[in-house]
Amino acid sequence: MSGMAATDTLSKSALSLKVIIPKLEAVAIPLFAVIFGFAVFSLFLIVIGKSPSDFFSLVYKAGFSTGFSWQNTLSRAAPLLLAALCVALPAKLGLVVIGGEGAIALGGLTAGALGPHLSSLPYPVSLPILFIASAMVGGAWIGTVGLLRIKRGVNETIASLLMAYIAIALMNHFIESVFRDPASLNKPSTLPFAEAMRIGDMPIGISVHWGLFAGIIACILSWILIEKTTLGFAARIAGSNIRAAQVQGLPVGKLVIGFTALGGAFAGIAGFYEVAAVHGSANASLIAGYGYTGILIAFLARHNALAIIPVTILLAGFEASSGLIQRRMDLPDATILVFEGMVFVAILLSETLYGRFKIFSTNYWSKIS
Amino acid sequence: MSDVADIGLWGVPLAIIGGAIRVSTPFLFVSLGECITERSGRINLGLEGTLIFGAMSGYAVAVNTGSAWIGVLAAALAGICFGLFHGWVCKFKGVNDIAIGIAMMLLGTGLAYFFGKPYIQPVAPDLPSISFGWWSDIEQVQAALQVNALFIIGLFLALLLAWGFKSTKVGLTIRVVGDSTDAARAIGLNPDRVRLLSTAAGGALAGIAGAYLSLYYPGSWNEGISSGQGLMAVALVIFARWKPMNCFWASLLFGGAGALGPALQSVGISQGYYLFFAAPYVLTLGLLIATSSPNKAMESAPGELSITK
Repeated sequence: MSGMAATDTLSKSALSLKVIIPKLEAVAIPLFAVIFGFAVFSLFLIVIGKSPSDFFSLVYKAGFSTGFSWQNTLSRAAPLLLAALCVALPAKLGLVVIGGEGAIALGGLTAGALGPHLSSLPYPVSLPILFIASAMVGGAWIGTVGLLRIKRGVNETIASLLMAYIAIALMNHFIESVFRDPASLNKPSTLPFAEAMRIGDMPIGISVHWGLFAGIIACILSWILIEKTTLGFAARIAGSNIRAAQVQGLPVGKLVIGFTALGGAFAGIAGFYEVAAVHGSANASLIAGYGYTGILIAFLARHNALAIIPVTILLAGFEASSGLIQRRMDLPDATILVFEGMVFVAILLSETLYGRFKIFSTNYWSKIS
Repeated sequence: MSDVADIGLWGVPLAIIGGAIRVSTPFLFVSLGECITERSGRINLGLEGTLIFGAMSGYAVAVNTGSAWIGVLAAALAGICFGLFHGWVCKFKGVNDIAIGIAMMLLGTGLAYFFGKPYIQPVAPDLPSISFGWWSDIEQVQAALQVNALFIIGLFLALLLAWGFKSTKVGLTIRVVGDSTDAARAIGLNPDRVRLLSTAAGGALAGIAGAYLSLYYPGSWNEGISSGQGLMAVALVIFARWKPMNCFWASLLFGGAGALGPALQSVGISQGYYLFFAAPYVLTLGLLIATSSPNKAMESAPGELSITK
């Protein structure tokens, strides 16, 4: 870059504009899309005779106003951060993997099935074992999607979703048979965790478990992996042009399997925290749709691992407010689903806007200056 | 119930045959619809959402009008709207048809649950079925051969589409557009419009598939009405190599796999229920693995289809 700068006739400020303008575009267009999605949803509410301002103020109240509402929001954020990475990491290679729900189910099942048998070990030993086991199961599950893509050319979107259905069936089968706690009558569950093995809250004043910390660390590490390492650089090349990557001799197959497995491992860890910190055993509560909300988050964040953090907190707040909105506005619980669907469509439509606005082209700005 | 004991384990294959016919109908309609869409070079993963919305709207209209067939019509119209939207937005540069499909899956499901809440309780009229088991005295045979009118319509539709793709101008137009956008443009066709209409037609059939679920089998509207038929049908089309009659046979196969669990349950085998429940997904995945190819060109795949590229 420095050599280019020396020969460049443009001023230094124009050069930095070259860096800043595309970044501005990358922020402005998704922001516009989200606002557009909000607007369409508001229109929807008006048409059915409800007040959009009531809706958004209730979301603020239930999701972001008090310590208690932040607690509600941030507890949901933990699995969502990890589920979103399960979509965003393969997406760097151009793969649309949407079966994270299955890896969450199997990761949780692993923790729930193994956990009670490790209660004789001290928890600094047993919890890392469970953490790693859940990550490995989740990683193997989604890594298989990558493997099938590379070895057999099986479409990863369909395969991952089919495997999510299979994973949920497997989980249901095992918690109702082999691993079932005989004492769980109405709601089949695995044996409960010993109290000493339950993961507690972070020392931040509100009751939010350590899964949030793990999720944020996972996002930061993923960002470093993708943006700052050779491996991430190779993955981005393979994602933008697979033929070029192959010509360059990049190990595309290994990258695909590695990135899908890493994404699956994160989703498996989400299942681990849901069991070890929230439910205390593996049961049907693991299937809470986190994997599907994770898809939306990853697309909204445009698969940028750092952007996933704020987007997750925003969406977790919306989901946390679902109950209050049902009660206060007399709306069905699917309202949040409709809202999410509209924002999702809006963000995908906004993809067509890139490069269309003169204001975001560097030429426009260099002419002015 | 005494008849169950009379024929013993013979009840299982019989229940599977009957179940295959019953369970396959939604697969048949969605896959024929997706077949039209994919032949034009687009893929619509949102048919799962269309199917659920079709189930809801078909049921709601049938409750309000008292006619199941008007319900089917309403579901088809709703499906056309979803298809038109998908077909329209995909023509913009940079908009990914697979991703839009996922979003439409979410939106369609959300809208169906949202508007379907008041219709979980009321009872809608059923679609009529035709008895082909009149020659037998055995109750299970009669039950197995109780064939719904939509299944028969679906069979004729498959024959019609097979002939249409091969021998009509419309069919040829869709195939040309699906194989090469540039070639289609060169002979004066408008690829965007052909794909828009093909996606709309696919949506209509997915809507009808949904109406079958809520108006015949299982025959009620609730939030768990679909178990991924809309999505499996997309995989089924790939397995059927984009041929309508193959879609028909594949649908029967999937229906049989789906009927396995309930059939075993009917003779008292309930162990591993969830594993049998997963049979259609395992079958779909297995067939997808067996019939996919790591080499780029998949035999008889439409050239413009993003999923096989």
